[in-house]
Amino acid sequence: MLNNWLYIGLILIIAPIFPIMALIIPRILAPHKPSPLKSETYECGIETVGDTWVQFKVQYYNFALIFLIFDVEIVFLFPWAIAYQQLPLFAVVEGILFILILVAGLVYAWRKGFLEWF
Amino acid sequence: MIMDWALLTEWTIKSLVLIFGLIGGFAYLTLFERKVLARFQVRIGPNRAGPHGILQPIADAIKLIFKEELIPAKADKIIFIVAPIITVIPALIILAVVPFGPDIRLFGRTITLYISDLNVAVLYIMSVTSISVYGIVLAGWSSNNKYATLGGIRSTAQMISYELALGLGFVGPILLSGSLSLVGIVDAQKNVWFFLYQPVGAFIFWVANLAEVNRAPFDMPEAEQELTAGYHTEYSGMKFALFFMAEYIKMIAVSAIAVTLFFGGYRGPLVDQFPVLGPLYFLIKVVAFLYLMVWVRATLPRIRYDRLMAFGWKLLFPISLGNVLLTAVGIGLVGITGNNLWLWFIPVSTILFFLLVSHFAQGAVAGGNK
Repeated sequence: MLNNWLYIGLILIIAPIFPIMALIIPRILAPHKPSPLKSETYECGIETVGDTWVQFKVQYYNFALIFLIFDVEIVFLFPWAIAYQQLPLFAVVEGILFILILVAGLVYAWRKGFLEWF
Repeated sequence: MIMDWALLTEWTIKSLVLIFGLIGGFAYLTLFERKVLARFQVRIGPNRAGPHGILQPIADAIKLIFKEELIPAKADKIIFIVAPIITVIPALIILAVVPFGPDIRLFGRTITLYISDLNVAVLYIMSVTSISVYGIVLAGWSSNNKYATLGGIRSTAQMISYELALGLGFVGPILLSGSLSLVGIVDAQKNVWFFLYQPVGAFIFWVANLAEVNRAPFDMPEAEQELTAGYHTEYSGMKFALFFMAEYIKMIAVSAIAVTLFFGGYRGPLVDQFPVLGPLYFLIKVVAFLYLMVWVRATLPRIRYDRLMAFGWKLLFPISLGNVLLTAVGIGLVGITGNNLWLWFIPVSTILFFLLVSHFAQGAVAGGNK
């Protein structure tokens, strides 16, 4: 079992070589003639107005919060799903109740209007 | 000790083969997509570089290497350079847990056609796919460009919304096979592919995958008409190519994972007698899925953003929850009655449930024109 993680580690070491090479080779081969006009922010030829790093819509944050709740609950379903075929009836019913609680949470968020995008 | 070195060499070679295979696959996938898309639009497609344009990817690569790379003056330089690397690496390592074929005997050694048979392979896939979101959002943010920032944020919201349906899509095969390891899941599909028990699960998994890799009709982060090129607006040369590469390699990866989970992986007729057929079947299935992706892109128009979120949260998520519930009930019925025929309760009930929910949720997804 430890070996399997070792192999993952091996590919983790090998994988970055290619993208890093892809960044280094053009440094040698590609032309480099910077000018202030070239390094301006690209907005279809129009000069930029105002700051980019501003506050953005709070709704993205709302969705992230709902996602966090449900994602954790889905991960809790995984161990239940593996052991499902050996579980006693009590654990099965409990798992199904858990899914129904998830559904209740979804219905609540839906009714409260958190799933609307405006 | 000599044995260990042999093992280590073997696995290094396998890792290199996987990574270079993916990079080569990416190069020819771009050509494949352009060719197929051209045919859909009654064009010929690239045909100048080499016979039938087969040298086109090489020409593109050479062009990109010799392009000047620009870094905007206002950009956050370190993050700007690191972001493409963060995006590519997860795409390259995600397939490490997918078996490409049965064990093969070569040079007197038994060689397994996977990098690693983790017993938590599904969790590995889920966690690795979520890392690639970071690359995209960091690229969007560090460019200090309004289009790029919007594209990055949009992409995050979209990916996390569809990740729920994706995660629940995994639960169906896990319930049926009782294993988190992809090797185990493929072995469990010896007789019947899980697609037959999980038609709705496979469909939802596939749609969520399209959204996860930002493919049409869910290519909101890169909607040309609205956001120029989305999160990679400011990128040029090889850095741009890395983003492009990550997207296409992820297409290959999700196709391979979908094949493994629902379509029997490398399984097919005569595989047990001739193990060499395994990778061939796997390749054919993956190419079929890639063709499907291009087909979808050629057919469907881009979905509006509010509908995209509504589709994910109000349609796919409830249906995938119901799918898990009904699958559990079906397997429970098999356990109680001892009759395997009850497994067919799962596809029948899930398809009915799917039709019911999609009928009632239509209004909710379409939304009002505000």
